[in-house]
Amino acid sequence: MLDCTPKNIMERSGGVINPAKTCQPIGAIYAALGIHRCLPHSHGSQGCCSYHRSHLTRHFREPVFASTSSFTEGASVFGGSANLKTAIKNVFTIYDPDVMAVHTTCLSETIGDDIPTIIKGAEVPEGKLVIHANTPSYQGSHITGFSNMVKGMVSYLSRATLETKKDQANIIPGFVNPGDMREIKRLAGAMGIDFIMFPDTSGVMDSPMTGELTMFPRGGARVEDIADAGNSRITLALGSYASSDAARVLDRKCGVSELVLKTPIGIRATDEFLMAIRQTFTKKVPYALEEERGQLVDIMTDTHYHFHGKRVALFGDPDVVIGMTEFLLGLGMEPVHVLTGTPGGAIGATVGDFEKEVREMLEAAGVKARVKAGGDLFQLQQWIKNEPVDLLIGNTYGKYIARAEDIPFVRVGFPVLDRSCHSYFPIVGYRGAMRLVEMISGALLDRADRDAAEEDFELVM
Amino acid sequence: MAVNEKNFDKMLDQYPAKVKRNRKKHIIIRDSSTAAQEIEANTRTIPGVLTNRGCAFAGCKGVVLGPLRDVVHIVHGPIGCAYYSWLTRRNKARSDDPGKNFMTYCVSTDMQESDIVFGGEKKLARTIDEVMEIFSPEAITISATCPVGLIGDDIQQVAREARKRHGINVMSFSCEGYKGVSQSAGHHIANNGLMEWVIGQGTTEDPPGQFAINMLGEYNIGGDSWEVERVLKEIGYTVVSVMTGDGSYEELKNAHVSQLNLVQCHRSINYIAEMLEKKYGTPWLKVNFIGIQSTAESLRNMALYFGDEGLIQRTEEVIARELARIEPALEKYKKICDGKTAFCFVGGSRGHHYQGLYQELGIETLLAGYEFAHRDDYEGRDILPHVKTDADSKNIPDLQVVPDKKRFRLKIPEERMAQLQEKIPLSNYQGMISDMKDGSIIVDDLNHFETEEFVRLLKPDIFSSGIKDKYIVQKMGIPSKQLHNYDYSGPYAGFNGAVNFARDISMSFVSPTWNFIEPPWKNIPLLEGTIGEGES
Repeated sequence: MLDCTPKNIMERSGGVINPAKTCQPIGAIYAALGIHRCLPHSHGSQGCCSYHRSHLTRHFREPVFASTSSFTEGASVFGGSANLKTAIKNVFTIYDPDVMAVHTTCLSETIGDDIPTIIKGAEVPEGKLVIHANTPSYQGSHITGFSNMVKGMVSYLSRATLETKKDQANIIPGFVNPGDMREIKRLAGAMGIDFIMFPDTSGVMDSPMTGELTMFPRGGARVEDIADAGNSRITLALGSYASSDAARVLDRKCGVSELVLKTPIGIRATDEFLMAIRQTFTKKVPYALEEERGQLVDIMTDTHYHFHGKRVALFGDPDVVIGMTEFLLGLGMEPVHVLTGTPGGAIGATVGDFEKEVREMLEAAGVKARVKAGGDLFQLQQWIKNEPVDLLIGNTYGKYIARAEDIPFVRVGFPVLDRSCHSYFPIVGYRGAMRLVEMISGALLDRADRDAAEEDFELVM
Repeated sequence: MAVNEKNFDKMLDQYPAKVKRNRKKHIIIRDSSTAAQEIEANTRTIPGVLTNRGCAFAGCKGVVLGPLRDVVHIVHGPIGCAYYSWLTRRNKARSDDPGKNFMTYCVSTDMQESDIVFGGEKKLARTIDEVMEIFSPEAITISATCPVGLIGDDIQQVAREARKRHGINVMSFSCEGYKGVSQSAGHHIANNGLMEWVIGQGTTEDPPGQFAINMLGEYNIGGDSWEVERVLKEIGYTVVSVMTGDGSYEELKNAHVSQLNLVQCHRSINYIAEMLEKKYGTPWLKVNFIGIQSTAESLRNMALYFGDEGLIQRTEEVIARELARIEPALEKYKKICDGKTAFCFVGGSRGHHYQGLYQELGIETLLAGYEFAHRDDYEGRDILPHVKTDADSKNIPDLQVVPDKKRFRLKIPEERMAQLQEKIPLSNYQGMISDMKDGSIIVDDLNHFETEEFVRLLKPDIFSSGIKDKYIVQKMGIPSKQLHNYDYSGPYAGFNGAVNFARDISMSFVSPTWNFIEPPWKNIPLLEGTIGEGES
């Protein structure tokens, strides 16, 4: 397994070996699926759409509908305008969505197709909408694509129509699972505020088995709600990489003040999320949530010896990794290798600096670590070869490193292709943190049980 | 309900007029009384219609090149294409030298905006140098993604220079995603490259053993190739190379010495099969190792080709022994499957191949089709002279080979070739249509709308296709079997494969999970019994 990875680390500048990111369009599709009755549309070759649908389907085990402009060589030379116009006509006639969310690809970006002009010239039926986002695959990552499509939603749909702002919040959840989105909504609901969450893939990418197929399930943010987001008092952007750009546009366009928070993973980030709601809307944190928090702390203190001082390698998408780093430190663990494939700070003015943010947390905790934005899994494996760890946390691709280096492995993030249920259960909030503790301790203690000499095998741990 | 002209037309009426006119030519109702039923295939998918098709890159790097285990495959482009074609096709590989098995590595030039603006050739050259330093392979492939052709990166030149610099084989494939109309264009591009730069580059002049064969168009999904090779070796064949499942550059270089080429997936590899015949005088035999009867028949045809008494006898012995072993194991599955119906829509050969296996289990195929096949895969190669080349096909270069002066040898005399062609599909393929029952439906490039409509109309007991439509059909309460990747099971080829397939299909019919779909409160009124009778 991965036998060709040498321990000796060589400087590379030629590209990526074993990526920890993919390209923008898949993030745009995922975001667009979070609008009710929306069909994502890929303006490029058929292969892009096919790869994205396959990949999302493998992660969620759900139908993923998306259409494509099916570029040929001719369209690539003469422009994809005719293809997109034909697609718009066909999509509304055959599939009847309320919204079509067009995103570009490296192909249509390279030839410079002007999407807004093409949309203007297309036949869009009365009452139907076409929105778009530019998602060149040669910039950023799938997280950038998600961010760009959310920005597109706000640019096209949100309106400030009232003199005074409504006493409501916008919540942008970031590139997380439907289970996480449900949990974020539950927390905000428990705080007793009015809020609009978008995109919202719950009820779309975790739809129930009923024996009836519906192309557009019940879930997803309503267009009228995304429009009304322009009238909200505040936008809580969870995760700077995936959510802050849209919050900024909403501020500029509609005067909705923005607050960028971490993805609420772990105790501190969840505290900050609730505190932001409490202070903005003068709402008490209900006992039910205080009880949950207390239960989580109870578990953490009771079992701290399972975690304390354990060395961890952590990789994934920047917002999730930032939250995870903070939580692991809160458990007394030492994240000594922290890596994301998404390049840091390059895209969008308000996007944070991954390396700086993670380093500051690690330094404050006195942990010496390697941190990298725009890294790859080849490099991560080399780090591990040089400085071994007790645990690896990341998406499914990590299982090859875990096997090669014989390390316990916990699957967190996108994509998880070899296990089920992960998209239904949260990792955010206090409940999500409990689940993380269960997964991490399960992996560590299963390994301890496996490796223990017979006389050291324990009944109670 | 059967499909007739009336309900078929009503279904298509829901399309815009232009789409209807187009799609009607891609769908036929089988009618053997019509001499030759024509179907339109290998033409553009209409934009906006939810197709299952992929692109030329997927066909070239993803399907044909990717399985070669001792080659480092570099994808030149932005990150996505390399990422999605990394470990997702289940083409298994093992190697005696794990240091030369690169299957778990994904190498991309990860083009950035500056590379698009200023060109990516230098970055590609650096990637090659780094790959050499880290992996030191015998061969490297470079596969181009969409922007590469558009910005005019000369990857052929980069490859030429790298060959000189490193003294190894560096091959470049201009398989940009927009070429052609589907994966099929990529197969052709990959076939050309392997023929031009790999096959015949070895120094071996004679077959390394008796009854030497190559297996073409077998990608070892779920270990299929290993199961077939087990049987072939037992009978006494020498497998020189497999193209390209668990394939290796080292073996492929000497593929020219074989005496017969087997073709499993006609669509993706028929170009190499034809070129091998022209260049080295080696005929190809269309085989089908999916299903028990097809496997036995393919083995018998091979033996007949070689015409060796001992080989024919061993073939019969192995078939008899295998059948005796697996037939009892199949009994319980046949009982479950008998009388069921299926849809079978897969890439370029499995849409045809699996119908026989379904039939052996008692399952009737109501609808079948290919995602990216050409007319000959449906109608047979006899129609090839009549197929018009359109603008999209013309863009894919046709590699012209000539007989190799030193190595060309007619493997069998022309007269015997003609005799054999009467009996076995030697250098020929009859296609899917002639094997299908009257009244069954054949659909080319089946899309989402038609999937939903045909499923509602024909109510199959099992739907077999790929990952993108699997859960769509399962939401309708109908089990769905992925025939691209076997739902992470397999092998499904050969004798053992048939048992595995029967087991997996039966499992999807009898799984108790389907029984829970309707909640108990759906059909029982909330208020029950007598109200207001004064009993309380």
